[in-house]
Amino acid sequence: MAVALILVLVAVGSVVFHLVSPWWWTPIASNWRYIDNTIIITFWITGAVFVAVVLFMAYCVYRFRHQAGRQAHYEPENKRLEWWLTVVTGIGVAAMLAPGLFVWRQFITVPEDATDIEIFGQQWQWSFRLPGADGQLATSGAHLIDPDNPLGINREDPKSQDDVVIEGGELHLPIGKPVKALLRSVDVLHNFYVPELRAKMDLVPGQVSYIWFTPTRTGTFDILCAELCGVGHSQMRGKLVVQEQSDYQAWLQDQAARSFARLTPAAN
Amino acid sequence: MVDVPLGPTGAVAPADVEDVELYHPHSWVTKYVFSQDAKIIAIQYSFVALSVGLIALVLSWLMRLQLGFPGVFSFIDANAYYQFITMHGMMMVVYVLTALFLGGFGNYLIPLMVGARDMVFPYINMLSFWIYLLAVLVLVASFFAPGGPTGAGWTLYPPQAILSGTPGGQDWGIVLMLASLMIFIIGFTMGGLNYVVTVLQARARGMTLMRMPLTVWGIFTASFMALLAFPALFVGAVMMLFDRIFGTSFFMPAIVEMGQPLDRNGGSPLLFQHLFWFFGHPEVYIVALPAFGIVSDLISTHARRNIFGYRMMVWALLAIGALSFVVWAHHMYVSGMNPYFGFFFATTTLIIAVPTAIKVYNWILTLWRGNIHLTVPMLFALAFIVTFVNGGLTGLFLGNVVVDVPLSDTMFVVAHFHMVMGVAPILVIFGAIYHWYPKVTGRMLNDTLGKLHFWVTFLGAYAIFFPMHYLGLMGIPRRYHDIADMSFVPPSAHTLNAFITIVALIVGATQLVFVFNLFWSLRHGRPSGGNPWQATTLEWQTPETPPPHGNWGKDLPVVYRWAYDYSVPGADQDFLPQNQPGITRTVPGSSHG
Repeated sequence: MAVALILVLVAVGSVVFHLVSPWWWTPIASNWRYIDNTIIITFWITGAVFVAVVLFMAYCVYRFRHQAGRQAHYEPENKRLEWWLTVVTGIGVAAMLAPGLFVWRQFITVPEDATDIEIFGQQWQWSFRLPGADGQLATSGAHLIDPDNPLGINREDPKSQDDVVIEGGELHLPIGKPVKALLRSVDVLHNFYVPELRAKMDLVPGQVSYIWFTPTRTGTFDILCAELCGVGHSQMRGKLVVQEQSDYQAWLQDQAARSFARLTPAAN
Repeated sequence: MVDVPLGPTGAVAPADVEDVELYHPHSWVTKYVFSQDAKIIAIQYSFVALSVGLIALVLSWLMRLQLGFPGVFSFIDANAYYQFITMHGMMMVVYVLTALFLGGFGNYLIPLMVGARDMVFPYINMLSFWIYLLAVLVLVASFFAPGGPTGAGWTLYPPQAILSGTPGGQDWGIVLMLASLMIFIIGFTMGGLNYVVTVLQARARGMTLMRMPLTVWGIFTASFMALLAFPALFVGAVMMLFDRIFGTSFFMPAIVEMGQPLDRNGGSPLLFQHLFWFFGHPEVYIVALPAFGIVSDLISTHARRNIFGYRMMVWALLAIGALSFVVWAHHMYVSGMNPYFGFFFATTTLIIAVPTAIKVYNWILTLWRGNIHLTVPMLFALAFIVTFVNGGLTGLFLGNVVVDVPLSDTMFVVAHFHMVMGVAPILVIFGAIYHWYPKVTGRMLNDTLGKLHFWVTFLGAYAIFFPMHYLGLMGIPRRYHDIADMSFVPPSAHTLNAFITIVALIVGATQLVFVFNLFWSLRHGRPSGGNPWQATTLEWQTPETPPPHGNWGKDLPVVYRWAYDYSVPGADQDFLPQNQPGITRTVPGSSHG
């Protein structure tokens, strides 16, 4: 009896915790509301299964507990029941997988009008590169890195002339514009993670990975590293500031002026 | 579908192989230390694995102290923290769970349950244990080596695992870790071949494959998988050792470390991840399948009911084992691999949910219309179902590629895998120890202490890991030494972390009750007799308890029926041992002999 009751409490308690706990995801600030929706669908299906299984167990423990004279029912198989359960499970799994794959296709398909930006990781700091007026980023490589060229930009590339480099600072982005973030690391694995964007992806040395998103809410958000990158991992922080277009332009010009002043001293 | 026609002797095949003469120990040392008896080896494996488990438990306390009360314990700096999480993870997954299920339970139960006198290669079996012990010593030695153990995370991802920004990366830590893993794999291969060949070749007359207890099926399938999966880790370890010691570039692209370019080029960090998870995902099931098998037998025995859907259970085990080799990259959805892999691996991963769900249904349908004795092993089995279902269902979040994106690398993942491959299999281990301890020692474990141990462990572990999911959902990353200064984390999250730490300390301390019970009952436990649970499987039918070297006395057992003849209508007792002839039964629609 007590065992059955505790099982019921575990099931009910888990649901109550889910509904009333103050710990829930952050308000979203990107276009990936679909991901949140898929999580909600998954919560519903899995929650129903969990409660059903545990309550059924509680029922069995109470109803079929050992008592004098009770004999268990001998029934090695029940093909009909087993196939029913298999089919119903298959349908439930498909109901979660289908929306998941559908949204994944959107997640990896970058829109044509997305702006390329670069997110650059190193132990233990974030840097960023924004394209200037030409809207394009110059090529780059780890072998080009030196104290005057911390991101290893290819200076031979004409597109490098107006690239804006922001070292260890804040990344600003305009609201409502899709962004394709090209992710580069120069030493170890890092992971660009902003909880409010929902998107995250590893930065892998030796290759360029990407994610895309559209900021949908102005504000300042934490940039975290979500892939263990050594002893300074939890200190590898940055800020993402999503702004209205006009504010963003003002900030970008200011950054551009500083970037050129610092990065092209010889030209002056 | 009828396997062997019923009848006392007629259907039983003659012995293919003559009964073999066993090695006879001549001294105390060869009997109890360098023993070739699988049962002694099993106890040696279990003792070492449980000891490593206690070390890993203390490490988990230390990391929880930092998370619950950050900065209070100044010796847990970032270096130490990452060393603790790394060693805790690797110890638990490989040196505790794998070793205990296969080396411990496999060695004890396979020969007894299939009706053999011993493993088929007893000498190699002995070597397997001593090599395992060597692996453990090398691993533990890294605590005392210059620079301490590696702090690369149990996944040991390069390049950071072998660079100076990681504890042990340029010291001894990573070298000892990789060496220890390689030694472990060599030792395991010796044991694993034994388990597989013994099941295939040394079964008693009449013990057809489809009459084997699910415990044997689970351990057998897991051993087979481990033999296929561990080589991938071995290869990865060799390559990384070369990268670390000889400066090769298997996993090292052009790197600028702290402003200094390294003389490396052309390697691929992702290659290691593929190798690691080609081992790492089957590893999850290498731990889970023995637990699945054992829990099936615990439920059936203590509910006095045949396991429901035996054949489906066997096929589900095999399906899970096979599928688990084609899902590995679901650990890598946000690793920067080609994103189109996501479609394939999400599909295979969610398909694996179907055979897994079948197993859960069959466990609870075994309870249904049973005659449930709420013994301590049964309680642990019930708790296993709760935690396994919970952790399995959150796996559907993480397996479903796009849902994984926000949750990957957060505390949600930590909560998920602890629930599904930490808490759930460990509950089975406890249940199994309470169940088989009488066979090993001839005495019962104390029931009151057992129930105390059970309730604190089950409810405590659930209280630790269930709320932890929500910290991850909020966005708190895993492997953070300090979660201070995150604008999205409310103060209540820190309170929850403190709560989790306190519960973890209590649950950990309660394990001492279990350890005490193990030793106390050796002398003071109630004598159990040979078959205290009135179970059907062969290990309970040995002429002597504990069974001596050779297990069966003069004659090997002959098997007449499957392992689940509980509460057979018309029988005069509610269980029919597998080696009991006679009493035919006919159940419509059933086909088991």
